[in-house]
Amino acid sequence: MSAPEPTPLPGRRAASLAVDVRGVSRVFAGRKGASVTALDSVSLTVAPGEFVSLIGPSGCGKSTLLRLIADLDTPTTGEIRVFGKPARQARIDQDYGIAFQQAGLLPWRTVSGNIELPLELHGADRAARRTRAAELIELVGLSEFAGHYPDQLSGGMQQRVAIARSLAESPSLLLMDEPFGALDEMTRERMQNELVRICAETSAAVVFVTHSIPEAVFLSNRVVVLEPRPGRIRDVLRVGLGETGERGETLREDEEFFHAVSQVRELLHGEAPAGARGAEAR
Amino acid sequence: MSQASVRQGGAGQARARQGGAGGPVRTVLAPILLGVAVVLLWQGAVTLLAIKPFILPGPLTIAGQFGANLQNVANGMFTTGRNALIGLLIGTVLGVLLAILAALMRLLDEMAAPIVAAIAVVPIVALAPVLYTMYGAGAETARQFVAALAVFVPVYFNTLKGLRQVRPVHRDLMRSYAATNWQATRTVTLPTALPFVFTGLRIASSLAVISALIAEYFGGPVGGLGKSITSSASSSNYGLAWAYVLGSILLGLLFYSAALIVEKLVTRRSGG
Repeated sequence: MSAPEPTPLPGRRAASLAVDVRGVSRVFAGRKGASVTALDSVSLTVAPGEFVSLIGPSGCGKSTLLRLIADLDTPTTGEIRVFGKPARQARIDQDYGIAFQQAGLLPWRTVSGNIELPLELHGADRAARRTRAAELIELVGLSEFAGHYPDQLSGGMQQRVAIARSLAESPSLLLMDEPFGALDEMTRERMQNELVRICAETSAAVVFVTHSIPEAVFLSNRVVVLEPRPGRIRDVLRVGLGETGERGETLREDEEFFHAVSQVRELLHGEAPAGARGAEAR
Repeated sequence: MSQASVRQGGAGQARARQGGAGGPVRTVLAPILLGVAVVLLWQGAVTLLAIKPFILPGPLTIAGQFGANLQNVANGMFTTGRNALIGLLIGTVLGVLLAILAALMRLLDEMAAPIVAAIAVVPIVALAPVLYTMYGAGAETARQFVAALAVFVPVYFNTLKGLRQVRPVHRDLMRSYAATNWQATRTVTLPTALPFVFTGLRIASSLAVISALIAEYFGGPVGGLGKSITSSASSSNYGLAWAYVLGSILLGLLFYSAALIVEKLVTRRSGG
């Protein structure tokens, strides 16, 4: 199925990673021959079941990196493997589910029609689609709204539908590009709690783009801090706030939580705090 | 349109459907009252100022002629309406098909754009005399052709615009699903374009009637509204001429309302 692959890694190691980004750069051609380096030799791995957030100021290439992993864009140099396959093959094999900042629902389809969309495109039969959509609607707590149209839902509810849709084919990898970016703070925290719960139930690996420090800390096993112009990884912070399933509302009041938040903040602002350096050797 | 924040758990309260602002009394009654007032004023002016019927016949005269010649007016509406409808169908099918091709092939779009723009500015009624000589003065073909041409332009442009409205997030989504071109077209591109097609159709619906009617002024068989208006006017039967004008207005309204209803039905769920 796949073309002969250049394998810089021993196959087994590559296959044991959910995402393996090696020396990836993405240069956009600008006007008058000027070019913008969105990403400059970025390397990153994500283990199966791991929750990794990408955080950084605008223009640091975090969304670009996510789009590259999703094969919605192609790296200028470097290589990306998803479950040991080239990103393109992983997309064709539907190895990941994706959610964007905009819910991106089809307005002429009901909630359950929207969730069924990927299943329908990939040839699942009607009964299987119905059952799966019902399960997912239950999972995101929208049972009463299965027959509603997107314009009858609030922004937070639309986003939950989008997340349910991204989970439709039980992917082992979820790619999320600021999915809660457009939501108000209260809805946002509730959605984060739900996401933590959903991740625990599905044990999918997640790559999560955000510009909110508390969000990144609350959700992640690791927070990857990027810097802009050119987009590079500044540092990676391992957050030891317990297993995904154990995170709850109380965590937000936790001493460790605040500590991790301030560590990420310091990293973002450029000075390397003594404690954070070496949290991840790279 | 703004989204109503439906609270989680609040059982299925749908967004208040865009409310009939002002209520049915104001939206229905007000125009009727205005219409009645205008007609009364008109009749009053004609009666009191003794305006000659060749200048302006009163509403009563027109209504009388309309009633007396109901069968003729209805026949005229049928003849002209049939031409308009055939033109509307042909023009719409051609407009939609060509727009789809143009959306798929950039080269075709670039080649077609100036030609369609040229068609848009052709005074189509000027074509009518030429077409009568082509198809023969006894056939309705020339009128249907003129209507189709008038319809084609707004349908083509609106459809083409609609086909280009696919949101980037939907395009990304389809790519992430590794959807085939046809799947993406069927599930996203066409439903996105549909409201635009029907907006084009609504604009085209009145154009079809007007064009079919005007084309009658330049020759061809008798029986349609356009011919009847000119022949009544030239035989100084002004009341009857106006009765036929009333028939044309009704025909135009019929086409427009039908297209509007279809458009409303289709765009109900197409979002903002």
